Amino acid sequence: MEVGRSIPRVDAADKVTGRAKYTDDLCPRPVLEAKILHSTIANGWVKSMDISAAQALPGVVKVLTCFDVPDLQYPTPGHPWSVEKAHQDVSDRKLLSRRVRIYGDDIAAVVAEDEVTAQRALELIRVEYEEYPVMLEPEQAMAPGAVAIHDEHPDNILAKMDLRTPITDPRYENVEQVLEDETLCQFRGHYETQQVQHCHIENPVSFAWMEGGRIHVVTSTQIPHIVRRVIGQALGIGWGGVRVIKPYIGGGFGNKQEVLYEPLNAWLTTQVGGRCVRLDVSREETFRNTRSRHPISFDVAAAVDKQGRLMARSCTAISNQGGYASHGNAIVANAVTGFRQLYPDQVGHHSTAYTVYTNRPAPGAMRGYGIPQCNFAAECMMEDIALKFGFDPIQLRLKNIMPLGYVDPFNGITCHSTGLRECILKGAETIGWEALRAQYKNQTGPVRRGVGMACFSYKTGVYPISLETASARMVLNQDGTVGLQLGATEIGQGGDTVFCQMAAESIGIPTEDIHIISFQDTDTAPFDTGAYASRQTYVTGKAIQKVGAQFRQKLLDYAAELFPEAEGLTIARRFVTDGAGEKLLSLADLATTAFYSLEHSVHITAEDTNHCKENTFAFGCCFAQVEVDIPVGKVKVLRLINVHDSGRLINPALAAAQVHGGMSMGMGYALTEEMKLDPKTGKLLNGNLLDYKMPTAMDHPDLTALFVETEDPSGPFGNKALGEPPAIPVAPAIRNAVLNATGVAVNTLPLSAQKLVEEFTKGGLIGHV
Amino acid sequence: MYDIASIYQATSVADAIRALQADPGAILIAGGTDVLIKIREGKLAGCALVSIHELGEELGGITLADNGDVEIGPLSTFRDVTYSPVIRQYIPVLGEATDMAGGPQLRAAGTIGGNVCNGITSADSASTLMALDAVLVVRGPAGERKVPIARWYKGVGKVDLAHDELLVKLVIPRENYAGFTGHYIKYAQRSAMDIATLGVSCLVKLSGDKQTAEAVKLAFGVAGPVPMRAPAAEAAVSGLPIEAAIENIGPAALQDVNPRTSWRASREFRLQLVEELSGRALREAARKGGAGV
Repeated sequence: MEVGRSIPRVDAADKVTGRAKYTDDLCPRPVLEAKILHSTIANGWVKSMDISAAQALPGVVKVLTCFDVPDLQYPTPGHPWSVEKAHQDVSDRKLLSRRVRIYGDDIAAVVAEDEVTAQRALELIRVEYEEYPVMLEPEQAMAPGAVAIHDEHPDNILAKMDLRTPITDPRYENVEQVLEDETLCQFRGHYETQQVQHCHIENPVSFAWMEGGRIHVVTSTQIPHIVRRVIGQALGIGWGGVRVIKPYIGGGFGNKQEVLYEPLNAWLTTQVGGRCVRLDVSREETFRNTRSRHPISFDVAAAVDKQGRLMARSCTAISNQGGYASHGNAIVANAVTGFRQLYPDQVGHHSTAYTVYTNRPAPGAMRGYGIPQCNFAAECMMEDIALKFGFDPIQLRLKNIMPLGYVDPFNGITCHSTGLRECILKGAETIGWEALRAQYKNQTGPVRRGVGMACFSYKTGVYPISLETASARMVLNQDGTVGLQLGATEIGQGGDTVFCQMAAESIGIPTEDIHIISFQDTDTAPFDTGAYASRQTYVTGKAIQKVGAQFRQKLLDYAAELFPEAEGLTIARRFVTDGAGEKLLSLADLATTAFYSLEHSVHITAEDTNHCKENTFAFGCCFAQVEVDIPVGKVKVLRLINVHDSGRLINPALAAAQVHGGMSMGMGYALTEEMKLDPKTGKLLNGNLLDYKMPTAMDHPDLTALFVETEDPSGPFGNKALGEPPAIPVAPAIRNAVLNATGVAVNTLPLSAQKLVEEFTKGGLIGHV
Repeated sequence: MYDIASIYQATSVADAIRALQADPGAILIAGGTDVLIKIREGKLAGCALVSIHELGEELGGITLADNGDVEIGPLSTFRDVTYSPVIRQYIPVLGEATDMAGGPQLRAAGTIGGNVCNGITSADSASTLMALDAVLVVRGPAGERKVPIARWYKGVGKVDLAHDELLVKLVIPRENYAGFTGHYIKYAQRSAMDIATLGVSCLVKLSGDKQTAEAVKLAFGVAGPVPMRAPAAEAAVSGLPIEAAIENIGPAALQDVNPRTSWRASREFRLQLVEELSGRALREAARKGGAGV
């Protein structure tokens, strides 16, 4: 069995020895360097720009401004393109913008012979602005008379949605009536999440040149085929006129599921005669000018019966979209949907969601796509309900979690398999839940301990909200090994390794005999929309399985030509054998023969597309044990345990590594990470890795990753989503552990030290300040 | 790529002083962990540098003088200080403080002289050097002068050092460390790679029976615009039984400090840290001195 083996990553040796090539490693030198001029206001217009001094600087090749760019607005999110206009992404951005919508907006670009010259030229550009008030919060942008950030949306509301599930109890007409029924336990809550960033190691760098009359772009992206499409849209040229190459990348986490600076770079090369232009953005620019996680506020209400069953809930979410639509309403729609799905209400559910333009750096896709936000609200709420009405928090959850066979009333996504109950029980047992909860009752003193948990559900890929399609190509080599080519991308998660395992499993050969082409070149790579939505192992996996079966059959058909008498042909241990298990010939001999036969020469290949029209839920939970130093507001995470049901694991060791990374991201979300903005200017204050507090190795406890393996009937190999889920439940689990330790419920993220000191002071645990 | 107009590698302290005199705009660079960041941020873009990085023979080394004073060459890196046998034996609290700056790479490059000369209130060595009443030896065209660290800091990022002067030695007089044990608390948002929200350094000299705090020295980083001593707190608790000193030092220190609200932390939060951490630092310092607290 190739699926289920904990083999080392196929790219491990190259990556740890530094041999693996990333975008900047491939860039020819010398190369023209591009740098971007960013606005020094957050809201307004560029009235005029004086570029004469910059243009006169020796070494400057070209200065281009927001007055020069094509008058075309284009969409940037890495969604599959929709052929239905109503479902197309919002086109609200130009390559450079006269209308300034965030502090640091892109208003001009310099192309120069070297970086220092380009930087010096930027300093020489004089800009005259017309300024509007800065609006960083939805309340400001939604206030009467607020300036429209985009003319298409005069009220600054990009989108809103209002969804009610059918009411299943004739005693009620709507959710609101349930939420006013005095015979039920009634709960109201308000929870808020903050803006954080992905902090992938490699900033989004690209280089672009013209050759053969076409634009070629090498870029650090999760979605090469989508980048090609968006460059075409942004420049108003045929998509075939663009070639995108994606080498190894240093992480993406959703930020590179967005077409960031590739269209600008593609245009710049056309403005300098096709010479190669490198556009490297700094960490500071990455913080300010690329995407982040949406801050979302949640007003929730729940009615619970005496047995602890959720009868009805309502959830109103307001998502802060910043200056550009990016993925737009899809994120908060996913959030309120995820809030609803984890605990299907007995009677009904009412979701309301708003996506509001503001002058913040624009958020977009980030690992979990709205679900970490809604999960914080949902799992704080469950904990608070348990505390308020005296339910056991684990029993309350077990009583309400999504059952097997659940079908979403709107999108039809079905629970084909669930190990959530087992995950929760396993986590509780591993951390010693009962004993710790008993031990932590009635603590006194400045340092106290607590234990908390949270669980989640997460769908696999984007069907039926968007298209799910994947293609694969398999090519026989002369020695019987197989070349595997995909449009799906390795972004550090280990995709290439599990693709090889799945291909090997499908053909019936060892994984070591699969050679994957890691880099995508849109001229030659089969079509796949890329790495996002925890989709590839599931969606691309189906394509690999399909093509693998075809490829295997072609091998057997050719063997049958060579051995017309033989019956029951199969492939085992690099040989074609007959029904009796007799070895007929090695795959190496078969391959050599097929290539060079004087009777029937054929290059055995297989290629196909799988249009995936299925989805399924992955599940899991997090248990956190913390120690809280109350007088100084410090939370030390003593133990963190994630338990996941992602169906069958293709590679358990890689799965555990994925979980570790997600838990780390969740810890930062819980405790220290937050993009801080100056409310007056809209300027990002901590856009660097010193002032933005990602946890260091020294801040981590040992991370425990456990699994409950289920066999999902819809997954190609029984597998379900795993990429994003590990980051989801950590923040509420830690918050609930702090609540257990101190009795103080913190309802906003992060649980920063200063905020905790303030909350503990309010709660009477700190006496002086 | 860094926007640097020129770099001159000084061959001696005298040569560095000459180079600084020759170019009133020149910037001195040693370890580079502050200067390079400022160049990258654009604050010092296009600058001319005078490097003293290679003057280790003149400006490095940590030694015990004949009179018992500890002498630290300003080019000593944080790591040099931490691993110096002299520091470990005589003033371990200083080595513990320098071990908390940044991460391993920064500690291998950044120097204690730079940490003192950049005049930053959050400098990890500064509060301990304040508590130790370090003496800074400065050399310029007119020769050497000695500056007590209490008179060194002139404002945010400003110290008593002229353009053509170099810090050439840090001296910890014997009487300032002998008999004292100390503890430094770096309070930051994370456990490494961070700047202090508050730095607290406390030295204590215990009575022979380890019951009384005969002398207490307390200094802070980030409790005001520059590193500062806490004279009111020191006076309030010196001579008290050790538990009483621990109890009283925090509230007393509130009279000494004047932190500000910034986007990094509020004044109220920093005051809470001053109050809480002063006692904790004194307790640890006393424990190291053998007190049963």
